[in-house]
Amino acid sequence: MTGVLAIAEHRRGELRDVSYELIGAGRELADDLDEELHVAVISGQVGEFAQSLSKEGVDVVHTVSDGAEFNHDVYTQVTERLADELDPTVVLVPNSVNGLDYGPAVADRLDRPLVTDVVDASFEDGLTATREMYGSKVETTVEVDAERTVVMVRGGEWPGASGNGDPEIREVDVEIDESAVRTTVTGFEEVGGGDVDIGDAEVLVSVGRGIGEAENIELIEELADALDATLSASRPIVDSGWLPKNRQVGQSGKTVTPEVYIAIGISGAVQHVAGMKGSETIVAINTDPNAPIFDIADYGIVDDLFDVVPALIDEFEG
Amino acid sequence: MKVLVTVAEVGTVEDDFEIDGTAIDERYLEYDLNEWDDYAVEEAVQLVEEGLADEVVTVTIGPERSEETIRMALAKGADRSVRVWDDSFDGLLDVGVKTELLRAVVAEEEPDLILTGVQTGDAMFGATGVSLASAVDLPWAAVVNDLEFDGETAHVHRELEGGVEELTDVETPAVLTIQTGINEPRYASLRGIRQAQSKEIAVKTLTDLGIDGVESRLEMTEMYEPDVEGDATVFEGSAEETAVQLAGALREKGVGAQ
Ligand SMILES: Cc1cc2nc3c(=O)[nH]c(=O)nc-3n(C[C@H](O)[C@H](O)[C@H](O)COP(=O)(O)OP(=O)(O)OC[C@H]3O[C@@H](n4cnc5c(N)ncnc54)[C@H](O)[C@@H]3O)c2cc1C
Repeated sequence: MTGVLAIAEHRRGELRDVSYELIGAGRELADDLDEELHVAVISGQVGEFAQSLSKEGVDVVHTVSDGAEFNHDVYTQVTERLADELDPTVVLVPNSVNGLDYGPAVADRLDRPLVTDVVDASFEDGLTATREMYGSKVETTVEVDAERTVVMVRGGEWPGASGNGDPEIREVDVEIDESAVRTTVTGFEEVGGGDVDIGDAEVLVSVGRGIGEAENIELIEELADALDATLSASRPIVDSGWLPKNRQVGQSGKTVTPEVYIAIGISGAVQHVAGMKGSETIVAINTDPNAPIFDIADYGIVDDLFDVVPALIDEFEG
Repeated sequence: MKVLVTVAEVGTVEDDFEIDGTAIDERYLEYDLNEWDDYAVEEAVQLVEEGLADEVVTVTIGPERSEETIRMALAKGADRSVRVWDDSFDGLLDVGVKTELLRAVVAEEEPDLILTGVQTGDAMFGATGVSLASAVDLPWAAVVNDLEFDGETAHVHRELEGGVEELTDVETPAVLTIQTGINEPRYASLRGIRQAQSKEIAVKTLTDLGIDGVESRLEMTEMYEPDVEGDATVFEGSAEETAVQLAGALREKGVGAQ
């Protein structure tokens, strides 16, 4: 019996961290079910990947060598085929950008309910998952009324598997229906180069949507000057064109690890936090005492930035 | 070419709120056009302006209240709208249910391109577009932050993690899930707002769509405010007082010392 089938993720020749976290989550669920954990790795150097994925708690690693890089049509077909064969109770997919590009299609094809962006999960009579809503302001418990599900797990929520194991490695031949491959990956592009590398800064003053208007960014620039710091931002500021892309901190922006990170008018959405949680000291200035940024902050001020920031500038310049 | 855009109305929560059962108490919610869908509508309207599309139709699963939000999309340039609702819907509509409803609308409209937002700001599921694409058997791409359409193939950038974009070609008709930042959504002009009043919002029930009934396989059983795990030192006092305290803490870390 297969309890859990987890689909590993890799990009440009490297397994991504979330692959090991899937093993962690998958083992927990497989233990709840008292069944096996199978991991599949699709495309690329599957032989090498299978060695790396041979962690404690993994019963079988399936390798499917079609294609070099992620293609969602291939991933969808292969996952569907493996799920048909193994009939796992849970198919586990990372809630990554690529996961979001095939997980929902797999759920549709298998006619299984889908729970995305899961931060905790257990299996008793059925699957119970914990998810956040409203930009992490609330947490919810979701119960699935079906025997089999597709679950997409958020990165960083489960410890990555570490100890080496000795799983069976199965090379699987899946015949791909090429006529159903209707997307072609033509390349990759790095974005966000330019004048400054916020990744090098020791002190970052980071501004978010709380700033309200483009012209108010000046105030934050003044603070950055006064503190001898570098200016960075959350995504909405960059989306609005108020600062260039190379200033964006977060999942799709830059990962930064400064000594001090000052988040001003930033709520602390998971995709932002992904890029700055490794900062040594985190300071948050926000009007909302429940903003998730305070969960990871070392120092906080619950107040209007338009009152606090000028006072802070005075402190350093005065 | 006809473009169908999914438009969701999302609840936004005030700083202080109360939970009533498994939902935020209505008193603390405001409703707005989903941020991601705003970019999707803009992308569709720009395709019309570039002469690549002739019509933009929006589709919303939502109660009568959502017509205010739908009018926003119409004021920004969408031509007409479809709103699907049945009084039996409540709470969390699972992806499977949404897919079934939208599939019926796609069957009626037969669009050449379908744009959805990457996710909604309230439920944050992020799955409807790709699920729908699979259900209606169209090619797709998720998390698109750049689109160039040559009439046959959509050349898109998919925004991956860590500042890397994937360049992908997608045959159309297709479904694309649109990421924020792909364009600059316009504000509705006064003229647009006036014109929107006379644009059509066709209301469809399950019966209209030929669907017997839908059943959500997910049930939300609890909603709560997460425990604050943090141990932040939160400075108290007036802005001037907290600024002094924070400045002290920052100086200790060597900030501002030339
Ligand atoms: C696939 C994907 C990738 C993403 N990648 C990134 C990424 O790389 N980086 C990123 O940042 N986001 C990313 N996001 C977006 C992310 O989900 C959030 O939408 C974003 O981080 C929110 O930015 P914010 O905190 O500035 O805005 P909001 O969440 O709107 O928060 C604004 C905050 O300002 C506060 N505020 C308002 N007025 C004031 C005032 N006068 N004084 C003080 N505080 C005030 C509010 O209380 C609120 O907490 C991504 C999303 C997706 C779906």
